[in-house]
Amino acid sequence: MIINHPLLGPRDASEFTYLGDASLINRPDWQADNAAEAFYEYGYLRDNPAGEHQELWYHEAGDRSWLVVTRNTLTHEISKVELARDVARARGRSK
Amino acid sequence: MRYSGFRVIKEALTGHKGWKPVWREPEPKAHYDIVVIGGGGHGLATAHYLSKVYGQRNVAVVEKGWIGGGNVGRNTTIVRSNYMLDGNEPFYEFSMKLWEGLEQDLNYNAMMSQRGIINLFHTDGQRDAYTRRGNAMILNGADAELLDADQVRKEHPYLNFDDARFPIKGGLVQRRAGTARHDAVAWGFARSADMHGVDIIQNCEVTGLRIENGKCLGVETTKGFIGANKVGCAVAGSSSRVMGMAGMRLPIESHVLQAFVSEGLKPVLPSVITFGAGHFYVSQSDKGGLVFGGDIDGYNTYAQRGNLPVVEDVCEGGMALMPMIGRARLLRMWGGVMDMSMDGSPIIDRTPVEGLYFNGGWCYGGFKATPASGHCFAHLLAKDEPHPVVTAYRLDRFKTGRMIDEKGVGNQPNLH
Amino acid sequence: MTQTNRLDGGQIDRNTSLSFRFDGRSYTAHPGDTLASALLANDVRLIGRSFKYHRPRGLLTAGSEEPNGMVELRTGARKEPNTRATTTEMFDGLEAYSQNRWPSLKFDALAVNDMFSNFLSAGFYYKTFMWPAAFWEKIYEPIIRRAAGLGSLSMEADPDEYDKGFRHCDLLIIGAGPSGLMAALTAGRAGADVILADEDFTLGGRLNSETIAVGDRSASDWAAQVVAELSSMPNVRLMPRTTVIGAFDHGIYGAVERTGDHLATLPAGKPRQILWRIYTQKTLLCAGATERPIAFENNDRPGVMMASALRTYANRYAVTASQRVAIFTNNDDGHRTATDLHAKGVKIAAVVDVREDAPSSYDYEVLKGAQVINTKGRHGLSFAEISLPDGSTRTLDCGALGVSGGWNPNVHLTCHQRGRPVWNEALAAFVPGGELPVGMSVAGAATGIMSTCGALQSGAEGAAKALNLTGALPDLPEAEDAPVIQTPFWYVQGCKRAWVDQQNDVTVKDVKLSYQEGFRSVEHLKRYTTLGMATDQGKTSNITGLAIMAEVAGKSIPEVGTTIFRPPYTPVPIATFAGRMKGQEFHPTRLTPSHYWAKDRGAVFVEVGNWLRAQWFPLPGETHWRQSVDREVRQTRASVGVCDCTTLGKIDVQGTDAAEFLNRIYANGFAKLAVGKTRYGLMLREDGMVMDDGTAARLAEDHFVVTTTTANAVSVYRHMEFVRQCLCPDMDVQLISTTEGWAQYAVAGPNARKLLQKIVDPEFDISNEAFPFMACGNVTVCGGLRARLFRISFSGELAYEIAVPSRYGDALMRRLMAEGEEFDVVPYGTEALGVMRVEKGHAAGNELNGTTTALNLGLGKMVSKKKDSIGSVLSEREALVEPDGLRLVGIKPLLAEDKITAGGHLMKADGPVDAAHDQGYVTSAVYSPILNSNIGLGLVKNGSERLGEKMRLVSPLTSLTVEVELVSAHFVDPEGERLRA
Repeated sequence: MIINHPLLGPRDASEFTYLGDASLINRPDWQADNAAEAFYEYGYLRDNPAGEHQELWYHEAGDRSWLVVTRNTLTHEISKVELARDVARARGRSK
Repeated sequence: MRYSGFRVIKEALTGHKGWKPVWREPEPKAHYDIVVIGGGGHGLATAHYLSKVYGQRNVAVVEKGWIGGGNVGRNTTIVRSNYMLDGNEPFYEFSMKLWEGLEQDLNYNAMMSQRGIINLFHTDGQRDAYTRRGNAMILNGADAELLDADQVRKEHPYLNFDDARFPIKGGLVQRRAGTARHDAVAWGFARSADMHGVDIIQNCEVTGLRIENGKCLGVETTKGFIGANKVGCAVAGSSSRVMGMAGMRLPIESHVLQAFVSEGLKPVLPSVITFGAGHFYVSQSDKGGLVFGGDIDGYNTYAQRGNLPVVEDVCEGGMALMPMIGRARLLRMWGGVMDMSMDGSPIIDRTPVEGLYFNGGWCYGGFKATPASGHCFAHLLAKDEPHPVVTAYRLDRFKTGRMIDEKGVGNQPNLH
Repeated sequence: MTQTNRLDGGQIDRNTSLSFRFDGRSYTAHPGDTLASALLANDVRLIGRSFKYHRPRGLLTAGSEEPNGMVELRTGARKEPNTRATTTEMFDGLEAYSQNRWPSLKFDALAVNDMFSNFLSAGFYYKTFMWPAAFWEKIYEPIIRRAAGLGSLSMEADPDEYDKGFRHCDLLIIGAGPSGLMAALTAGRAGADVILADEDFTLGGRLNSETIAVGDRSASDWAAQVVAELSSMPNVRLMPRTTVIGAFDHGIYGAVERTGDHLATLPAGKPRQILWRIYTQKTLLCAGATERPIAFENNDRPGVMMASALRTYANRYAVTASQRVAIFTNNDDGHRTATDLHAKGVKIAAVVDVREDAPSSYDYEVLKGAQVINTKGRHGLSFAEISLPDGSTRTLDCGALGVSGGWNPNVHLTCHQRGRPVWNEALAAFVPGGELPVGMSVAGAATGIMSTCGALQSGAEGAAKALNLTGALPDLPEAEDAPVIQTPFWYVQGCKRAWVDQQNDVTVKDVKLSYQEGFRSVEHLKRYTTLGMATDQGKTSNITGLAIMAEVAGKSIPEVGTTIFRPPYTPVPIATFAGRMKGQEFHPTRLTPSHYWAKDRGAVFVEVGNWLRAQWFPLPGETHWRQSVDREVRQTRASVGVCDCTTLGKIDVQGTDAAEFLNRIYANGFAKLAVGKTRYGLMLREDGMVMDDGTAARLAEDHFVVTTTTANAVSVYRHMEFVRQCLCPDMDVQLISTTEGWAQYAVAGPNARKLLQKIVDPEFDISNEAFPFMACGNVTVCGGLRARLFRISFSGELAYEIAVPSRYGDALMRRLMAEGEEFDVVPYGTEALGVMRVEKGHAAGNELNGTTTALNLGLGKMVSKKKDSIGSVLSEREALVEPDGLRLVGIKPLLAEDKITAGGHLMKADGPVDAAHDQGYVTSAVYSPILNSNIGLGLVKNGSERLGEKMRLVSPLTSLTVEVELVSAHFVDPEGERLRA
């Protein structure tokens, strides 16, 4: 596979390390009342869709960017690649 | 129809006219006591044990395509019970015992061949971990032996002992392990289930689960609605898709595992061999092909195919371990979609929906589990309580912290 | 020997004679021959034996689809089993042997299987061999295994080199027949970057096999002229002897170039084969078509071949399989073979055409509406029996029979992703369909355009379309444009055994029996009968099997289904996929800066991940590793020792939020760590398990240096980047791995400070008061060399770790040894390190096994509940905080000399020994020369409350039972007085 890195252009997927669903960005609030349940769902439950999937790839053999790649799990077609940091900010994460 | 050597001779002498279809091709009835979704190894085994052991005759197996077309038909055929943890080893040893009597139970030769497996180790830390595992196996009634490097060399002189980047320091052996003819396992279970009255309905895709007031009433299929008192889902690889129809999110990701077979060769490998310093395991089939594999590709996918980097990675492991296979040719590569669970161990449990039961999360180890998985899932479906050897395979174990993590890599499915 | 079947013409170099041996006999050949053409030239028809019944087998084809003509090529460690004679390029001195026969090719004992074939029908083995159960492994299976398989391996390591490479292009053209050449010409002249790959050693495809004209010259001359022009284009790369084996995601193709297989010996350092990954925007598949057979009684006899193969042998290689040839066909193409052979002076016994309206010939007899119903001949064809339309039969005297059942487009690569071929009624064949791999299109015979003219045109248009070319296309040369109509004729009715898959011995009847027994999907058919599972992957058999299935099911072929093809297109040596990653090169080897110093000292090294670390340093006279290790421990604890700990992961953390960041990734607090201080850090995974441990030293308000374990250096860094970028994107913190930037040494023992005071420049006060336990700071050593000094201890002694830039590591180690002489300094390796950490009760890799929590390791109090840190919430789950959970303890045998076994399990002093009564297990075990006892660490249920309890350590795997006592894990200096001294 080839991942079109937003900063570096097309790179072979073997330069990257895969983590999983980009929902891993949505780490729950540790002080929330339902923190135990929220962390369980965050840590363990997955949509695992057959189709478009937003997922985290790490450019380990490259610039060490974490990327959010939108990829179809049936065809492997990649429709979007973003810097995970931008996605995290857009989802309201800060410090 | 009973199979035997005499039957084969008799049919040969009478033009093979007497052989009957191994299973019927029934139309679905409006209602069954139990409907099993998935005509793979586990679903068919469930049907066999439901009908033969648990006396359930009003059972259907519904299969999207052709039976045995999922992972039971695309694995590397290894059977073993060399697990370490309390939650696993009794189950897999139960499975091993079922394998040992399977052909007689099914009256079908699944070619279970107990040629042994060796897991090689290359560091002291690995040796310690295998020692712990071998002891756990023996304490659970299974067999295990620890070989040092010289003993390994005696049994496998063709391994790379002289030029290895990671020298072989020994291996953990299970002699009762081996391989079985994977397709025959599916067919044998199907034939037996069919003979015991189970309707096996092929080309019948489940399109929905009819759930009312928290109770599952049956399955919507491409052949219409089929009612059921209980519905059991055994569709590893597609578990998230089917259980998603009941609104459930699972602790599972779907990943592809590639497997490979070489051209046929005269016998070279006496047993199954697992490389401890790379991603490579191999056995030789009765037809002579080297059947081998390695790691999953590592990204979520439902496509039954992988990519070149893993092909290369696996062959690198093979060449590092046994450079004499270099001139053997890789004939065919294929991929199977795995239910990779969050701790690397399976789930056989009830679900929050009444009448809906789940069997999945087998990662890349489902084949060896086939008989016990079927037996235990049948137990759960028939008696509504878990079989003693699967009490740990609960769906809620991640919530309570009772993970069964043999590899110790935690909630990252692609590392298991 | 004379080449009795050699004809005139052809593309061979008659001026040069090559000699080769087959089964020990010598023959001659010419450059340009394949092993197959050379064997035919020398009238050798029997080449091998089939898989199941060991029936005699000769050549069927002239290409890579060959199912029968397989040999063991070369000798010794270079022996290649199952090598197709049809694609083996002749070289001088070639040696080949027939395979799957014993004792000889002509007299194969296992041919007895054939007499019992009626009992060995499809799937018979599933129905028998079950009694008694133990006989399977002992009797039945060994017999089956010996009979099965084909060629044999040498059992020696493959001595050749293999390479890998990457190539990029605008257009990859697969196949250099008429469509491929025309496509390359079109794209090449337009200036595109083109790769043209073909499995053959001569480009041209079928053009080299035909006598037709293209433009004003012969087809092969036209091909040669185009190849010459393409060779002159800098933007076109021609890759003969290169098989594109698979279409992978996003326009990546695997290709295998056979750079050395046509050579008698490889030039030194040259690879035998190269695995290319070709990255391309567009791909044009010009893979041509494969002729399909007709099944009839004994159609597997050597001498029965594909008609087009006979034509290839005659026209390209100037060889005929026999001086008397018959043809059996259902289409006009079969007649071409007869015409060409006749023109070469070969006697045509007759053309047997199933069609009543077959074309006539003045040159030879055409039997219209006739069928071949049997063949005769011991190890090769002598006669063919023909049934004529009037019901009479006739015997044809012939040594070769060319069979043509029409042509199947080579759709293989179109199926490697989601493509499913579609049925073309006019051709009665599958053509590419469904979703093709991204960027792929198909031209020529591969897409069902069978005429030469059509192929040339579709090649040119295909290239233009793929590249969006707008200019004029190259002029198309004139060529034959005969319409191709294929009316299916799959097999002759009424045969006892008509062979469909010739290698795996699958007959028409087997296919029907499969259906009768309910194996009715195509996949069931394949798996039950093994049809199409042989080394040719069904290239000459799948469609016939499907057609028979359709007939018995009363359905059309597309209703029954299609079988798809998987990579590789043709089999690839495993070594080719591995390339150079074997032997010592399997993984990179990482060496620390003082590696060669250690080597000079005679160190024994151990693999730690990709690192090599000194395990111990034997002295002359030490005969057992324990002597060395015990000495290293004693000497360190008595005076001072030095250990290379460069392999620890080192991560530089900088930024105004650095402390807050560490607070997040470590379970214990870091916000208040003072500058100049180091703290032990416990890192959890989000699931609450311990991920790693190490230290973080605060060199400045906004600057920390974090260490990780050697094993987790990469994964911890990745995790920290994840937290930084994905969870706290606005924190002002930057990370960089400096693992390889610094050489680091532990200096441990009562005299550690004294030794370091001789190294550290005097302006830095490292007295206990000025530089107490857990202090850290930048210093200079040896007169101005910048260094980092940490007062941390893994051994439990007064200890420091000192880091210098990597290039000074070797020098520092030598200086430490020299300056330490007065203290009797000792270098120690990983074994002594391990002994001392167990003596001290520090958890390491064996304890941090990914399933242990801080609580398990006795570090539960370190997990702060007052802050947000990774893993703290999930570490509170009910099962993880059960009082009966595992706790880290020390383990001591009641008899000091009794061995502790890591991996042993612990049982109560009395009671049953089984899994149900398991109390825990031993994680680490060492011999302590300080305590003069074996000791260990273990995880025991509620262990921290059970100190003093006697238990049995059992290791049935190693036949060991030892009585032990649970003790504190801190065997040495539990109060920590030494490390603060």
